[in-house]
Amino acid sequence: MSWTRKILRVNLAEGSVSEEPLNMEWADQYIGQRGLATRYFVEETNPKCDPLGSDNKLIFATGPLTGTMASTGGRYSVITKSPLTGAIACSNSGGFIGAELKSAGWDMVICEGRSPSPVMLHIVDDRAELLPADDIWGKSVWDADKIIHQKLNDPQIRIAAIGRSAEAGCLYAAVINDLHRAAGRSGVGTVMASKNLKAMAVRGTLGVGNVRDPKQFMQVTAEQKQVLAENAVTGQGLPAMGTQVLMNVINEIGALPTNNMREVQFEDANKISAEAMAEPRESDGKPNLTTNAACFGCTIACGRISTIDQAHFTVENKPEYWGNSGGLEYEAAWALGADTGVGDLDALTYANFVCNEDGFDPISFGATVAAAMELFEEGVISTEQTDGMELRFGSAEALAWCAEKVATGEGFGTDLGLGSKRLCEKYGRPELSMTVKGQEFPAYDPRGVQGMGLTYATSNRGACHLRSYTVASEVLGIPEKTDPLSVDGKAGLVKAFQDATAAVDSTGLCVFTTFAWSLDNIAPQVDAACEGGWTAEKLLEAGERIWNLERDYNMRAGLTGADDNLPKRLLKDAAKTGPAEGKVAGLDKMLPEYYQLRGWTADGQLTDETRSKFGLPA
Amino acid sequence: MLRSLNINPDKCTGCLQCEMACSFENEGVFNPAKSRIKIFTFHEEGRFVPYTCTQCDEAWCLHACPVEAIKMNRETGAMEVLDSVCVGCKVCTIACPFGTVNYNQTTGKVIKCDLCGGDPQCAAACPTEAITYVDADATGLEKMRAWASKTDNQAHAN
Repeated sequence: MSWTRKILRVNLAEGSVSEEPLNMEWADQYIGQRGLATRYFVEETNPKCDPLGSDNKLIFATGPLTGTMASTGGRYSVITKSPLTGAIACSNSGGFIGAELKSAGWDMVICEGRSPSPVMLHIVDDRAELLPADDIWGKSVWDADKIIHQKLNDPQIRIAAIGRSAEAGCLYAAVINDLHRAAGRSGVGTVMASKNLKAMAVRGTLGVGNVRDPKQFMQVTAEQKQVLAENAVTGQGLPAMGTQVLMNVINEIGALPTNNMREVQFEDANKISAEAMAEPRESDGKPNLTTNAACFGCTIACGRISTIDQAHFTVENKPEYWGNSGGLEYEAAWALGADTGVGDLDALTYANFVCNEDGFDPISFGATVAAAMELFEEGVISTEQTDGMELRFGSAEALAWCAEKVATGEGFGTDLGLGSKRLCEKYGRPELSMTVKGQEFPAYDPRGVQGMGLTYATSNRGACHLRSYTVASEVLGIPEKTDPLSVDGKAGLVKAFQDATAAVDSTGLCVFTTFAWSLDNIAPQVDAACEGGWTAEKLLEAGERIWNLERDYNMRAGLTGADDNLPKRLLKDAAKTGPAEGKVAGLDKMLPEYYQLRGWTADGQLTDETRSKFGLPA
Repeated sequence: MLRSLNINPDKCTGCLQCEMACSFENEGVFNPAKSRIKIFTFHEEGRFVPYTCTQCDEAWCLHACPVEAIKMNRETGAMEVLDSVCVGCKVCTIACPFGTVNYNQTTGKVIKCDLCGGDPQCAAACPTEAITYVDADATGLEKMRAWASKTDNQAHAN
């Protein structure tokens, strides 16, 4: 068993902590991390609860392979009810704190209630305590990280924290760990702030030592690392170029949403791409990208470590931003760049640093700025709301200004912190919001990659690419090539990706392995580590169970099939250029088939039959 | 032929596979906290540096030990701690100029790299060849090769 079989329960209202055994019957059905934490969450919370109320809970969960030598085995997820979407929130992060938590002996931390004053959770192996955090409340993640390391006098401690954006109520605030890795989406950081929980600091020295068959585990994980090394995407593309390898590719196929999704191609895509990050710049001869970096246990190492040009207007008088930190990933580069029309790589890198420093999701932020720019250009908002800043598409100054405002929640930053949906509603133009269930789109235009339209519409956490990354099949040909412009077969493709991904997200492994691995590669690793006879079939069944459980929660929370929708712009306004020219998102052709494949009713509700098939709570 | 661990920080991604391999080999658990090799992250500089014992010939730890618990393994050249002799006085941890001998509070003994008896698991686990196990007399070979490739005699020919 590679579960520690221990849960840490933190009662923030009372300031107490307690230990309890992991429900192993549930672990056999829901694996760990995303699935298992959702099972606990569904059991323990009222789906109608106010996401920012004291009865919402916040769960940090590792998977059975977290903290082991399986490649990428360092992931954890944050599960809660989202203030952005009102649906289940489940944000996955790498870095090092997930493995540290496991090494301290915990599968999961369940935080409940609301502390009367700011606190931080300090965990050293089997000891956990809540410490006052008044001195770090009001600090950025980066400053808090520094202060906590000094105060606890332990350079090896791993820290996850929220920034000032979360404290100010930004609805897409993230939990940032290890300075620049993020449980980024759906406002999980906002929930953490609502609980007055500023940070979690963890030191684990016990290690993970209870794999079921150590010899088998070492052999099979070594074999699977070789598979990653020999694959063109995980062995070459991602380490060399990061996820940014996609920028020019997606632009060329006409699926790079631009200027709040008015266009599907960005003329400056090459200026903000992986290739641009590797170009030496004029001022100091150094490229934006310093090196690639790995999360815990990852043999792919797609992470970007970057610097901003010291001569750039964003940082010329701010030496604190001259060092290296987490650089642009594709989704961030798209949202901060193409979607706002900004082709200035340094401005994007600066905005990305600020997103990490004060803990907010660059996808939702960039897309919200894009919506604000459209509102501005339409004359709906003016310099009166923006303290004189011209919010025009393509303005690097506007982008940097917006990032600084959201970081602290000052002035127009409060409006931007609402997210695109509420911002556009506030100013009477809801149709300009490019969101599903209140969450902003990521970087693939469904007019050019049809499967992603269904992916966004049906994602359990609102618009998201990571719930079923059909781009792998439709663009990269993994596991087999499908036509990105066709809706045929996409319902089945989306369902297959959703179920498999739900399983992967529950193991402790990274979904990026699935460019090279299928569940057939993952199952032997889980099985060597865990009791339960884990086959690819059992993982897939667990994945489908998890998907249905999340869906069931959302329905009980008040969502309906009508929320499985896309903005009118994508359904009515055809793509103007590129290979997808003339195409709209064909959601109406895919959705009924998808419901049918899911065994749901014609209006998207689970049936009792489906519930009992997967053993879901009645 | 004696071999040495050869470390090339430029290739390190900071993944900690080496730390897990080391702790698994020596302690039976995946536990970076008990690893004999450590990866240091210099965040502002964007650098990752693996660091461990270099097996000094005139080893400070060996000379400092009052009970002769540190012996050279003639086959591998590694300075090894004899657990049955070590009294956990930690004098070697003070003597070592590099900090690569450390106390293990679980066992009450010191731990240091012993090259896994000639098959160092850190090098085997490293996905980028930032840690390799090479001819002890030619640890500079790859660096020489890299520089050699830059001395292009043809460059000025045309």
